[in-house]
Amino acid sequence: MVGPAPGGGSPLENANPLIYRRSGERPVTAREEDDELPDSIDDREIFDLIRSINDPEHPLTLEELNVVEQVRVKVNDAESTVVVEFTPTIPHCSMATLIGLSIKVKLIRSLPERFKVDVHITPGTHASEHAVNKQLADKERVAAALENSHLLEVVNQCLSARS
Amino acid sequence: MKDSLSLLARIPAHPDSRCWFLAWDPSGTLLASCGGDRSIRVWGKEGSGWVCKSVLGEGHQRTIRKVAWSPCGSYLASASFDATTCIWKKSQDEFECVTTLEGHENEVKSVSWAPSGSLLATCSRDKSVWVWEVDEEDEYECVSVLNAHTQDVKHVVWHPNQELLASASYDDTVKLYREEEDDWVCCATLEGHESTVWSLAFDQSGERLASCSDDKTVRIWHQYKPGNEEGMVCSSADPSWKCICTLSGFHTRTIYDVAWCRLTGALATACGDDAIRIFEEEPLSSPQQPTFALTAHMPRAHSQDVNCVAWNPKEPGLLASCSDDGELAFWKYQRPEVC
Repeated sequence: MVGPAPGGGSPLENANPLIYRRSGERPVTAREEDDELPDSIDDREIFDLIRSINDPEHPLTLEELNVVEQVRVKVNDAESTVVVEFTPTIPHCSMATLIGLSIKVKLIRSLPERFKVDVHITPGTHASEHAVNKQLADKERVAAALENSHLLEVVNQCLSARS
Repeated sequence: MKDSLSLLARIPAHPDSRCWFLAWDPSGTLLASCGGDRSIRVWGKEGSGWVCKSVLGEGHQRTIRKVAWSPCGSYLASASFDATTCIWKKSQDEFECVTTLEGHENEVKSVSWAPSGSLLATCSRDKSVWVWEVDEEDEYECVSVLNAHTQDVKHVVWHPNQELLASASYDDTVKLYREEEDDWVCCATLEGHESTVWSLAFDQSGERLASCSDDKTVRIWHQYKPGNEEGMVCSSADPSWKCICTLSGFHTRTIYDVAWCRLTGALATACGDDAIRIFEEEPLSSPQQPTFALTAHMPRAHSQDVNCVAWNPKEPGLLASCSDDGELAFWKYQRPEVC
């Protein structure tokens, strides 16, 4: 489903990526601390789930590389939908499918099962945008990919907390 | 339209997993389900409820994507992401895996028996469709490998009374195949869908084929034979298939399955928006340009994507469905008096 495995000594595709500042912690409001009140899932909460995903190539997070941004996350709690657009650092990035798959897996694992999770490439930012989007939207191919233990390990590395 | 579809039973058929597909046996008394838990379960009615009669484990190493009964009802074929197809032989309530068909390079997505029972078709992400011949000693031989599609092949189904095979693909097309001098050839390509075609269903006569897609539409294709009365031009000796109706605007996400009831003509769909919908042809519409009315809509039929719908072959209006939530549901459909 994805291209060559990361690492392995091959030269980085994008050796000097621009690095962006991380956003601060989410301020917690008094209302959120009140356990009596219902708390709907908002864009920032979704963003917090995906911003710390590791880039497969660089020792940086998707947020630090500006691959994910809060403005490109749209959640509708009432309709149970989440749409995330991600922006590969270069238009020929061979890791785009793996990055999209990592975002999708992270959200599927974290959110209630009622949510429909759609992950796309930010329009106009990747040479194979249509092909990558079609693969990510195909749940049968995603399910088969996640039964591949090697690929699952690579995804889990992207999702693991960096020490 | 209200109350035209009512729930009869709901069963956690494949708990903590996906239920991918369902298949009724030809007598309509047994229903096989398969899923991400690598098992096949066979369900039968006891009293007023449905119970699990058999569990077929151990056959596959990965997800079982689809199952299909032989026309005689004595065999069950299962297609798996482990790249194999198993043939299970039934004796009373017991099933034994008698053959494992190997050859596909990766995930087998679908399997289907020809109406004669002597041919079987499989398809895979490796882009190929295989036709297998079955002899009286239960030996299977691959008689053709068809590489007509340019992408992942999602579904195969045989015509109800001819040796005509149809396949649906990630390449957005449907292809038809027939035998020609000891080999199989692609005899038609149906273009029109704008994304992956997930499933196919022939109507009772086999003159119409329904296809459903990630483009959120269902298309109805009609077969025109050479020299047809309607004057539809066929470019060769093969029949020509034309899209005579597109059901658009009804579904809000990918349509994963379509089922055409051979008893009533009702068309059911399984959708990624968690709903089941049923359509019927308007009685006064032209057969060459039919219109279909939505006669039942069950939003939240399941708590997640609906993957499959299957009409019982003997009991009109009995519909089974299954979902990513692992559940299997039985429904009673009654045509509303005013469509």
